[in-house]
Amino acid sequence: MEYIAVFPSLLSFLVAGLLGKHIKDKGAQFITCFAVLLSCAASIYLFHDVVLNEAPRTIFLSKWFSSGALHIDWALRFDSLSVVMLLVVTIVSSVVHIYSIGYMAHDPHKARFMAYLSLFTFAMLMLVTADNLLQLFFGWEGVGLSSYLLIGFWTHKESANKAAVKAFVVNRVGDFAFILGIMAIFVLFGTLNLEEIFLNVSGFQGHTFNILGHEYHALTLIATLLFLGAVGKSAQLGLHTWLPDAMEGPTPVSALIHAATMVTAGVFLVARFSPLFEYAPFALSLVCVVGALTAFIGATMALVMNDIKRVIAYSTMSQLGYMFLALGVSAYGAAMFHLFTHAFFKSLLFLGAGAVIHAVSDEQDMRKMGGLWARIPNTYVFMWIGVLALTGMPFFAGYYSKDIILEAAFASHSTHGLMAFWLGTATALMTGFYAARLLFLSFHGTPRMPEAVQKNIHEASRVMLYPLMILSVMAIMGGYLFEGGFTASVSDEIIHVDEKGIEYTSGWNREVFWGDSLYVQPENDSLTFVHHVPVWVKYLPSVMGGIGILLAYMIYIRHMCFPVFKPVRILLENKYYVDNIYDVLVVQTVKRLGLFFKDVGDRLIIDGAGPNGLALLSRRLAGVFSAVQTGRLYFYAFVMVASLIAFISWFMLEGHL
Amino acid sequence: MDVTLYHYLGLSAILFVLGILGIFINRRNVILILMCIELMLLSVNINFVAFSAYLDDLGGQIFSMFVLTVAAAEAAIGLAILLVFFRNRGSIAVDDVTVMKG
Repeated sequence: MEYIAVFPSLLSFLVAGLLGKHIKDKGAQFITCFAVLLSCAASIYLFHDVVLNEAPRTIFLSKWFSSGALHIDWALRFDSLSVVMLLVVTIVSSVVHIYSIGYMAHDPHKARFMAYLSLFTFAMLMLVTADNLLQLFFGWEGVGLSSYLLIGFWTHKESANKAAVKAFVVNRVGDFAFILGIMAIFVLFGTLNLEEIFLNVSGFQGHTFNILGHEYHALTLIATLLFLGAVGKSAQLGLHTWLPDAMEGPTPVSALIHAATMVTAGVFLVARFSPLFEYAPFALSLVCVVGALTAFIGATMALVMNDIKRVIAYSTMSQLGYMFLALGVSAYGAAMFHLFTHAFFKSLLFLGAGAVIHAVSDEQDMRKMGGLWARIPNTYVFMWIGVLALTGMPFFAGYYSKDIILEAAFASHSTHGLMAFWLGTATALMTGFYAARLLFLSFHGTPRMPEAVQKNIHEASRVMLYPLMILSVMAIMGGYLFEGGFTASVSDEIIHVDEKGIEYTSGWNREVFWGDSLYVQPENDSLTFVHHVPVWVKYLPSVMGGIGILLAYMIYIRHMCFPVFKPVRILLENKYYVDNIYDVLVVQTVKRLGLFFKDVGDRLIIDGAGPNGLALLSRRLAGVFSAVQTGRLYFYAFVMVASLIAFISWFMLEGHL
Repeated sequence: MDVTLYHYLGLSAILFVLGILGIFINRRNVILILMCIELMLLSVNINFVAFSAYLDDLGGQIFSMFVLTVAAAEAAIGLAILLVFFRNRGSIAVDDVTVMKG
């Protein structure tokens, strides 16, 4: 069963990728969808078996390599954390695979697309089930690779190629820190096996690394490096610039990779290393601050974007910020919970946006939409569900997860936690605004598209609508069903049963749910403190979200004018000029350095001394030697006799004769 | 005046040097080169025979027979090559024989 959960996607990738021409598009679509559905079924079974029956396990596959003290195996680790990720990945991936059949119906390279999707799914599954850090890194790079391939899938678009390269390069920055973190772990622990690392963490609390004469707390350093890796993958502040550009890829890719799964790998990584982060309080507060700032700044940029996919992309960045915020206050369960619900409602939004884009002939600019709701009512309803879940309206999935995150931040009794709470609350307001703005701009108001497009507006095909329906169900029910398991404490169960009207089945709480896969030190455990928070904290996020929606309603439907501070607007529309700053500081510098190395290092030194120099030398020597070959007999005879005389004279002078 | 070993050696050396000079100075005729080579071989033969008589050793004389044989063969092949060469190029001037440049 464990094999069935992970490996079908690899097989279907190989079949669809290598034999795509022979099995035709239909065959490739069938085999990839079938494979991922199989994984999905196996994951649901495993979820039942591992999480509900509390039977975590590790499946040994084979030895990978052994070098000195470093022994690496291929093994699959199934504990609650990886099985939850498994569930998210396979469900969203199945839905996206099926949706792609409809979305890519007019594309000439369907088999290649499906093969890449399967490759991604396999890499992601390897990532989440990794038993050691190197295997995790293998999956980590695998998803990066397939993300690159899929962003640049439409190779004829120059912007897509550039975005793909950008995503790859920016991720490298984070990956570099991640590799350093892995090395540091190996130096400190002498192993890369997760189990062994977690067992020994507490013994290394006092250790320090000496770097250039400064002493650094070893665990803090490692945790910070790992977090930097997560920053790159999860588009947190500083390395977020690739995510909006990644929207150049096909929409199902955005839904699968850049909303639901790959970008959450960073969250998974930090949650996976919770036993280590717990002993690195500085790193935790860093995670919290970066997450809160990302949530806030991502949301501000989403306010002014006009590209429907970019709004959702910045929203993703902002929601990922929420997850890191939760991780930073040790509310790992809450972070995973938000990851879980977010995966569903955000891919719902993306796939819905894809249906909208499909309806208006591949137009992504919301200023050229409007009045769509009557023409594509099904999509409209699904988008509303996604938006309500995103803004955290009561009883939708996002409500439970966002609520618990902000409560945990408030309850963590730390300055950064409190700061994160207020930033998160402000973000909730903006989330309501931009999500509703997206809806109102594209679905309401007067139609603003050209005549030809307007005539052609059509509802998406069934193969695209059914996936939306499945995701809608999860976006509505996901939070309610799983809240207890992901986040509820034992004490929560007793106190809050009536107040929230939620009934827990006995034993359905997070200690049981997560088992040993997450570790929290008792004094850090903000999730147990949440029942001490005042009532207003509990309702604030939803109220803020509601106010945001109302504001958007007043501005975009009632056309009320609010004075907008213009410089702020320009600043936001230019994404805080981060891209420009990076361009000047990093890109241009690297480019100049590259040109220097090209001209001086490569052309002058390497080519000059290497191939060109050798060629020149041999040509000159050849000239000298060929001049000797005059072809004149008497010259040869002269040389022979002269050298004979020279030898004889030499012999005589030396006294041998 | 006794004819000693030194006289033989002197004669042989003079003949050898004449052969060498013939090769150097001659620029017109390949036949001359062949003749000069014969001359050099003969001078070597004189050396062999002289030493053979001086040392009472027949080996030298036997070896001179070999050299004569080789010289005859060489002359035959050389003249044959010369003939073919003349047919192809219409000349046997040494200056024209420069096509075997590497």
